[in-house]
Amino acid sequence: MEFLSQLINGLSLGSIYALIALGYTMVYGICKMLNFAHGDVIMVGAYMLSIAMATLHFPPFLSILVSMVVCATLGVCIEKIAYKPLRNASPLAVLITAIGVSYFLQSSALLLFGSTQRRVESAINVPNLQIGAFSISGNSLITLGVTVVLMVIITWFINNTMTGKAILAVSEDKGAAQLMGINVNRTISVTFLIGSALAAVAGVLFISAYGYVGPYTGSMPGIKAFVAAVLGGIGSVPGAMLGGILLGIIESLSKAYISTQLSDAIVFGVLIVVLLVRPNGLLGKKRTEKV
Amino acid sequence: MAMLQVENLQVYYGVIQAIKGISFHVDQGEVVALIGANGAGKTTILHTVTGLVPAKAGSIMFEGTDLIKTPSHKIVSMGMAHVPEGRRIFQELSVYENLQLGAFTRRDKAEIAASLEMVYDHFPRLKERKNQIAGTLSGGEQQMMAMGRALMSKPRIILMDEPSMGLSPLFVSEIFEIIKEISREGVTVLIVEQNAKKVLSIADRAYVLETGKIVLEGNAADLINDDSVKKAYLGE
Repeated sequence: MEFLSQLINGLSLGSIYALIALGYTMVYGICKMLNFAHGDVIMVGAYMLSIAMATLHFPPFLSILVSMVVCATLGVCIEKIAYKPLRNASPLAVLITAIGVSYFLQSSALLLFGSTQRRVESAINVPNLQIGAFSISGNSLITLGVTVVLMVIITWFINNTMTGKAILAVSEDKGAAQLMGINVNRTISVTFLIGSALAAVAGVLFISAYGYVGPYTGSMPGIKAFVAAVLGGIGSVPGAMLGGILLGIIESLSKAYISTQLSDAIVFGVLIVVLLVRPNGLLGKKRTEKV
Repeated sequence: MAMLQVENLQVYYGVIQAIKGISFHVDQGEVVALIGANGAGKTTILHTVTGLVPAKAGSIMFEGTDLIKTPSHKIVSMGMAHVPEGRRIFQELSVYENLQLGAFTRRDKAEIAASLEMVYDHFPRLKERKNQIAGTLSGGEQQMMAMGRALMSKPRIILMDEPSMGLSPLFVSEIFEIIKEISREGVTVLIVEQNAKKVLSIADRAYVLETGKIVLEGNAADLINDDSVKKAYLGE
């Protein structure tokens, strides 16, 4: 039963990683860039939740919505201001810009909110599920449930709406997509919008589990989600989901049964091993670069 | 007035001038061919017309609108479709999804369905394979799909770039038959082709390009008998 409880914790943590990884992988798919500022959008989402609930006294649901809208807008603005002018620049310039945006967001949070972590009331309050003498965290179950629903929606959206297909088309060939009448800039904006809104949800779920938010809150889950996206095969939507869930389970189980200190080392060790065996990730396609 | 009127078009790749002041026109209902050797600038011209490559100077008037000032993604809804070099189909999507994207700017579901039927009539093979992932089609089938995808936008003019490239002779003949059919249905065609003999047999008029300039133009029937064309492009 102890194992089951750890497994559910892992699933819940993993589903948060998966939500963040989705943003990484979708943006990578369409822009072929690693948006290292993505993790910090989670932090912004968490602060927004805290402001909406504690300062403005909004109800939890509305607060989550506010957080999503702010993050989605932020994501679209980041792309327009920082990345769009570099659309034809070298990948290295874009990468460094992304790191710059990440520091910019962290420093802005530091300036605005200070370096002390602030306590955030959980937006989700559900009683634990009791099965006999055994209890499962209600928040974990909600996290898992929300993530599953969002993933189903995103998968459906990408494969069944014209906007979703436009995202796939632009990811594959921007020029050919334009010839179909697809507005490439708009499609990229939509991708950033979706990714950042998902990051906001991830932020809400993350601080609901941990209770505190600080300027660097987004950095570790951001990196872990990036690992998850690479593990699953970057560019692949189901890969990001699988990678995130696996990573969460590995982390939880190694914390419970091996060592708390070593759990991160184990997580990154798994990444190294997987990449040695499958360089394109678990569900990644072998890509031949077109010259 | 010509349907498509290109005047003094100049295109640069960096400091290299690829198109050195070209003028040509395409009238409604015509099949016009651009022929010439590799590197003459044929593909660049088509790419400039649909905005994939920016022009440095000149004008590209399509039914009264200057395409040079029109964003690339707005051109298809004006009635111009482009089957690009190398087909550039969406490899990871199904045949049906590729065709759907061809009608991306159209909203009328019934009319889109009618276009789909029309494309399946031209290319029955695509109907058989509609759920297949496009990247797994043969070269000839990919060419058919690229043409079908362009037809899904219900174009009044269609630009075709090397439709015969890499295809077996049997497929080449089939593709050219279909181009003739499309033309008979009233779609204007501007076609770039290395297979000069084949293309001159279906074209009304043609322009001969050499390193970014037009060196010869005329009726296809005359060009096919022109000595310099025979020598340079028909291998006779």
